[in-house]
Amino acid sequence: MAAAVAPRLPALDQVPRVDEVGVEERVARFCSRSIKKESKVQGLKLALSMIDLTTLEGQDTRGKVTQLCQKAIHLRDSLPGLPHVAAVCVYPTMVGVARRALAGHGIRVASVATAFPSGMAPLSVKLEETRMAVQEGADEVDMVISRGAFLEGNFQYVFDEIVAIKEACGPAHLKVILETGELGTLDRVRRASALAMHAGADFIKTSTGKVQPAATLPVTLVMLQAIRDHYHATGRRIGMKPAGGIAKAKLALHYLVMLRETLGQDWLTPDLFRFGASSLANDILMQIEKQLTGAYQSPDYFSRD
Amino acid sequence: MAIPEPKLRFDTDWTYAPAPESADHARIDPQYGLFIGGEFVAPRARGYFETINPASEKALARVARADARDVDRAVVAARRAYERAWSKLRPAERGKYLYRIARMLQERAREFAVIESLDGGKPIRESRDVDVPLAAAHFFYYAGWADKLEYAFPGRRAAPLGVAGQIIPWNFPLLMAAWKIAPALACGNTVVLKPAETTPLTALKLAELMRDADLPPGVVNVVTGAGDTGAALVEHGGVDKIAFTGSTEIGRLIMRRLAGTGRHYTLELGGKAANIVFADAAIDQAVEGIVNGIFFNQGHVCCAGSRLLVQESVAAEVIAKLKERMETLIVGDPLDKNTDIGAINSAAQLEKIRSYLKIGQAEGGEMYQSSCPLPGAGYWCRPTLFTGVAQSNRVVQEEIFGPVLAIQTFRSFEEALDKANNTPYGLSGGVWTDKGAKIFRMTRAIRAGVVWANTFNKFDPSSPFGGYKESGVGREGGLHGLAAYLELR
Amino acid sequence: MARRKSPAKSGAGATRAGARLPVAKTYKLYIDGKFPRSESGRYYALARGDGGVIANVCRASRKDFRDAVVAARNAQAGWSRASAYLRGQILYRAAEMLEGRAAQFAAELMLQGSAKRQAEAEVTAAVDRLVYYAGWADKYQQVFSTVNPVATSHFNFSVLEPTGVVAIIAPEKSGLLGLVSNVAPAVAGGNTCVALASRSLPLSAVSFAEVLHASDFPAGVINVLTGFREELVEPFASHMDVNAIVCADLDARGARRVQELAADNIKRVVLRGGTNWSSAAAQGPYAIGDTQETKTTWHPIGA
Repeated sequence: MAAAVAPRLPALDQVPRVDEVGVEERVARFCSRSIKKESKVQGLKLALSMIDLTTLEGQDTRGKVTQLCQKAIHLRDSLPGLPHVAAVCVYPTMVGVARRALAGHGIRVASVATAFPSGMAPLSVKLEETRMAVQEGADEVDMVISRGAFLEGNFQYVFDEIVAIKEACGPAHLKVILETGELGTLDRVRRASALAMHAGADFIKTSTGKVQPAATLPVTLVMLQAIRDHYHATGRRIGMKPAGGIAKAKLALHYLVMLRETLGQDWLTPDLFRFGASSLANDILMQIEKQLTGAYQSPDYFSRD
Repeated sequence: MAIPEPKLRFDTDWTYAPAPESADHARIDPQYGLFIGGEFVAPRARGYFETINPASEKALARVARADARDVDRAVVAARRAYERAWSKLRPAERGKYLYRIARMLQERAREFAVIESLDGGKPIRESRDVDVPLAAAHFFYYAGWADKLEYAFPGRRAAPLGVAGQIIPWNFPLLMAAWKIAPALACGNTVVLKPAETTPLTALKLAELMRDADLPPGVVNVVTGAGDTGAALVEHGGVDKIAFTGSTEIGRLIMRRLAGTGRHYTLELGGKAANIVFADAAIDQAVEGIVNGIFFNQGHVCCAGSRLLVQESVAAEVIAKLKERMETLIVGDPLDKNTDIGAINSAAQLEKIRSYLKIGQAEGGEMYQSSCPLPGAGYWCRPTLFTGVAQSNRVVQEEIFGPVLAIQTFRSFEEALDKANNTPYGLSGGVWTDKGAKIFRMTRAIRAGVVWANTFNKFDPSSPFGGYKESGVGREGGLHGLAAYLELR
Repeated sequence: MARRKSPAKSGAGATRAGARLPVAKTYKLYIDGKFPRSESGRYYALARGDGGVIANVCRASRKDFRDAVVAARNAQAGWSRASAYLRGQILYRAAEMLEGRAAQFAAELMLQGSAKRQAEAEVTAAVDRLVYYAGWADKYQQVFSTVNPVATSHFNFSVLEPTGVVAIIAPEKSGLLGLVSNVAPAVAGGNTCVALASRSLPLSAVSFAEVLHASDFPAGVINVLTGFREELVEPFASHMDVNAIVCADLDARGARRVQELAADNIKRVVLRGGTNWSSAAAQGPYAIGDTQETKTTWHPIGA
């Protein structure tokens, strides 16, 4: 297995080129899939189970985080058979709060780290923050790459940083945020994806949610294709997390269609696919309710935390 | 060249439920006469034939079979309409009729899409997203030319030819009708249209629509039937111009028949396009382009990218990705919105495709088909690849007109180009590379009328389409397409 | 033995003692930049009105035609890639050469029966026609090309490209101007060609080949045959490596036969019967367009 080998920066000029228009055409095909009836309910439940319910605000308090965790636990108790969300995603200082609130519910705690969202801090600070988050009980760490270094062409720096953070994570899973909205082109997204995966990312993630554009279908497709190539080359299944801007159930289904037709069965699981989102859960719940009752729903009937 | 291990699995737990487009509001009459002089009339002698749904093998309607005398009636009606109405109309008014037709087609788009898929077997996604919108766009585009022809051909005065006889194929029944009728009418001609035997319905619905649009009687006439009906149209001395889309074999016959008559013709014939993928291409988009190039419309496309030429250093990767991608293609009910590949158009065409599958294997090619399930009734063919084939093989040389791709590898630019042009055809070609200079060198050197670089099978009313060499004479679409229906003085 | 008259010195035989015997010209074919006799060894005698023989003209065979097509095909790639500017310059060079030999050409035309004024007018018209098409060589593309505003995110443009090898049946009654009027638009547009000269007026065609030879036209771009239409029209029309056939003035039966045979490889057939070659209407960019193909190229617009 490749895991035993020390990570090495891949030859980024060997990474396949990406044609933007072709990607958009492919995405349009995914969006034209018609997902109805039982397949819609099944898809919506799957999407629900993949959500990293997120709050990443300067104004986050213990109270706010605790309430969000309650939402994660009690998505809609009146609807039997719902899955729970995959994780709650918070700042490192809130990891302990979330850990306690979620104890015993099988919901993971994810923490952003590495001077999120900008990543503009020395490596030592990033390492310290990462270790702290893990010590506090984070199951997963969402780090940001150093986009400035990447855009300067200092790929080795970006790579080494990920390797170091991965080591600092210990048993925690590492999600690497590329902040694709700052990379500018799909070619760079593809290269950054390859770099992150080779450096040891367990997941690659589009965005912090603080930069526009955040997750888009074209960007996610390019990352999924990078994951596929990495899988064929190494046998390692890397996860994917689009984050930011995914608020509607219909859009989530488009993502799942894309996931299904790009990576297939093995990735249709929260272990390998997540949505970084806050309001998506309620929209999905509304759609599931509509499928069950036949009536279009009002947000007033769905709890907001 | 196997799929790299480990394989991806597309037999997913989560699948798409059937999502059939409703056919309720698509009105198909039990029987259609010939559309002559603005009304549907009974054929004189030869009765009716059934048009069937190739996805179910069930009859959809009975359609009149025109004989030479019926064709004559239609030509006479077209001539009368030309002399008394259409040529007397102010060009701007001609254009307004075409605009009206475009609009009505947009209004009834869903109905036309459903009938197109029922009658021809193509997936509703394509008839809905490609055929019908492009047909409407074609009328809209040429509508605007009607009163601007003096700007199209500097230094020349453009005059209509008279009566145009138009014979169209079964692969894009409505779209080809639009490609033929719109420029003909815009230029001031009248039309006798002969739809394909297996797909007459949307042309008849279009006739109905034109009647509803108050197009003067006889300006467009539709005579249905088989090859003999088309032959009668070609033979008819009252037809000033023949526009034909179909096989090179029939195109040759038409050219011979018209020899010495002084009558005009344009031909859009067969193809065996090379789709060239260089190692520096955007591979994933190239794979999509290959899929779109050969599996679009079940491969029933004259400009299909039916020969894949892939550079050796990436051949294994491209073929593996292609096979993976093929696993996600859904073959089945044309009316299902998720169907990627519909029904083969007819039993005869399926037979032809199957014979080529046998030929390809007998020639030593390695055949690969995706594993998708196929429906019971109807005519179906799984997406198919041949590897290990060469220029000398028939599956590389001959137009199969089905979802069958012949794959060859190449080492150098020159080898790719030589193979690409080593064909009597010259309709289309494709080239995939990230290098701009190479694109221009290759697109210039490919001897074909349409070259797609880093894309494939794109169409637009403003974009001229037509072949070099045995792929045809003349262009359809765009400004250049006007020349097919004008005499320049 | 046929009595032979030098076309350059019409009627001047060396009958008187001490007089100089004119050196008569041997009229040969022009294939691949060379002047061979017909491989068949055949000839036909070009007769004067009084029954005297003007010249023994090569009667090209099907094989000569085949050789000429091979030459034209070999020259095709290079000529079609030559810059439009260069094609124009070479055509202009041909005009210069022809102008310089105007007297010779006029004399040749007169020898074949033209009146002096008519002959001189034909030569100057031929020069002017070459100049005319020299000018078009780098302009017709701009007139006929388009950028097409497609609805998708693609850059889409259509340009003209030469159709390839063009076979030309030159006009019977316009030995020089008629030939020039059909050859010039074909080669201005990057085609290479094989032209069959007028049977009754072949001399200027062969002499024109000498002009071409001196004008920097690469070997094989223009090939000129003399001979009989009735035996060459069919091979012209049926040759599978010829892309287009231009018939300047064929009778109805001939035109029909050409069209029937052209169908074998879907040749483009251009019929120019009834043209008055000395009129301004006999020239124009549309004559170039007759042997052009429209190529449309698509490319995505993206990053």
